[in-house]
Amino acid sequence: MKYSQELIKELQLKAIQVRANILEMIPPGKVGHLGGSSSIADVMAALYFHTMKVSKTDPKDPTRDRLIMSKGHAVLVQYACLAELGYFDRGELGKVKTFNGMLQGHPDMDRTPGIEAVTGSLGQGLSVSLGMALGLRLDKSASRVYAILGDGELAEGQIWEAVMAARVFRASNLTAIVDWNGVQATSTTAEIFPIENLVEKWKAFGWNVIEIDGHDMVQVLEALDAAKAYTEGPTAILAHTVKGKCFPFAEGKAKYHNASMTEDEYKVAWECIAEMRREVEA
Amino acid sequence: MRTSDSLRKTYGETLVELGKDNKAIVLMEADLGNSTMSSLFAAAYPERYFQMGIAEQNMASTAAGLSLTGKIPFINSFAVFASGRAYDQIRSSITIADLNVKICGSSAGLSDYGDGKTHQSIDDIALMQVLPHMTVLSPCDAVETEQMVKAMVEHKGPVYIRINRNDLPVVSDPAAEYHIGKMTEVVGGTDAVIFATGVMVQQSMAAAELLKAEGVSVRVVNVSTIKPLDKDALLGYCEGVRGVVTAEEHSTIGGLGSVVCQALSKSKLPVEMLGVDDRYGTSAENYDILLRHYGLEPKDVAQKVRDVLSSK
Repeated sequence: MKYSQELIKELQLKAIQVRANILEMIPPGKVGHLGGSSSIADVMAALYFHTMKVSKTDPKDPTRDRLIMSKGHAVLVQYACLAELGYFDRGELGKVKTFNGMLQGHPDMDRTPGIEAVTGSLGQGLSVSLGMALGLRLDKSASRVYAILGDGELAEGQIWEAVMAARVFRASNLTAIVDWNGVQATSTTAEIFPIENLVEKWKAFGWNVIEIDGHDMVQVLEALDAAKAYTEGPTAILAHTVKGKCFPFAEGKAKYHNASMTEDEYKVAWECIAEMRREVEA
Repeated sequence: MRTSDSLRKTYGETLVELGKDNKAIVLMEADLGNSTMSSLFAAAYPERYFQMGIAEQNMASTAAGLSLTGKIPFINSFAVFASGRAYDQIRSSITIADLNVKICGSSAGLSDYGDGKTHQSIDDIALMQVLPHMTVLSPCDAVETEQMVKAMVEHKGPVYIRINRNDLPVVSDPAAEYHIGKMTEVVGGTDAVIFATGVMVQQSMAAAELLKAEGVSVRVVNVSTIKPLDKDALLGYCEGVRGVVTAEEHSTIGGLGSVVCQALSKSKLPVEMLGVDDRYGTSAENYDILLRHYGLEPKDVAQKVRDVLSSK
């Protein structure tokens, strides 16, 4: 096996901690994007705690890899990772989306150490990532850029402009990861805006395409490594995921795209965290 | 020092000149490079020139990304597309984060006379100046264009510059010191003051000549930085006059006239605004026909001065 059991276990535990941090940010009475944050948590854990070059001490280390949350509403999952890296005090998690808070409702590079750009108006993050990739390439930097996209976000026309441009410029230091959870703000993507043949579409645009189960840590690591190894152009990792993953009451439900949990649900959620920890530890 | 009457050629040449030593400067184009004259940079430094195709939204956000790696991207298109087509990208990707992206709105105003209303920008100043962090520049000639492009590179933060497609006679002093925010008196006078921008500076200077023959003494001030507006200088130029006229090749809603009125809101001076009156452009065989049709000729400026001086 290419990856040691220890590594997989470590990253699985990190992913659980990331989800625990997300829960910390959305106590009952507070509204937050639980669904789309949880669906991409495993990929994010793999990126921040294994694949990406990040400094534990300097969020602006010039040799770092960059991650852009194009689906900016799911920034809770990024805050969860940045807190684990120690970029800010864990106490900030409880103050997310508060006045004067360091953790804004959408990614704000001026407020939060480790946030690389302003995103939130959907469809723009892949273009920003492409610009970074081109700039880094001009500087002959080895740094890579990762863009996290929502599947609902793919309805934005600008995404496809960026998809075309990244191929034109053969931006092999750029990886797009689609959180293909099939659910958007008000219903399923199949019902709201069914984009068919997603794999074929990205391929037709000239990208190196890898389709994975976004909750299988081995598949995630393999895909990220394959993206690094591919030098002909950009790579898209289309990650099949479950919205609200690991929280049964929320899984696959548009309601938890941006919602508050009841006291009971919140209790269940923490029990899920504890149970997952027991399973992975065993 | 530029002697050319072409603002856009000067724009391109100045960037080539600056790009020689400043390797951070990169240009992006949406397939109008032979008009915006970004093509000059493409020929000189192909590795720092990004042909983005006809995709202005992607161009604007990609520029944001380039600036985040320390580059100084200049994005180029016609003013109408550079400002309007990519508006939310400029807002969300660039200005919220106060990124160091320069936006060139070329063929601005009615200056792309043949192409008609879809290609003429009468709203770009309004769109750009309402964005926090944005600086908005409107040169009246090639000398000022060169000075501005140099200042844009030095300035940290987003800047929008609107450039006339057609040749305009040089009226600026190439030896004068320039800084963003500067407004310049180009004609001295005492009865009224005309605050003009872009092509309307030359038109207003000609209007001052017409009025001189009538015994009316008019000061003409070139307001080439729309934002940030130097309010102290503006109020200073209003001292002693009996009326104020604004002149711009842009909608009277949200352009120079609007910000001058805002700045003079506590003043008792009467103001007359001259601009494009809440309507779109149209095609014509030449620029002069449009300046006549939209009432932007020297005689129209002169009439506004007469109006403001006869108002109570």
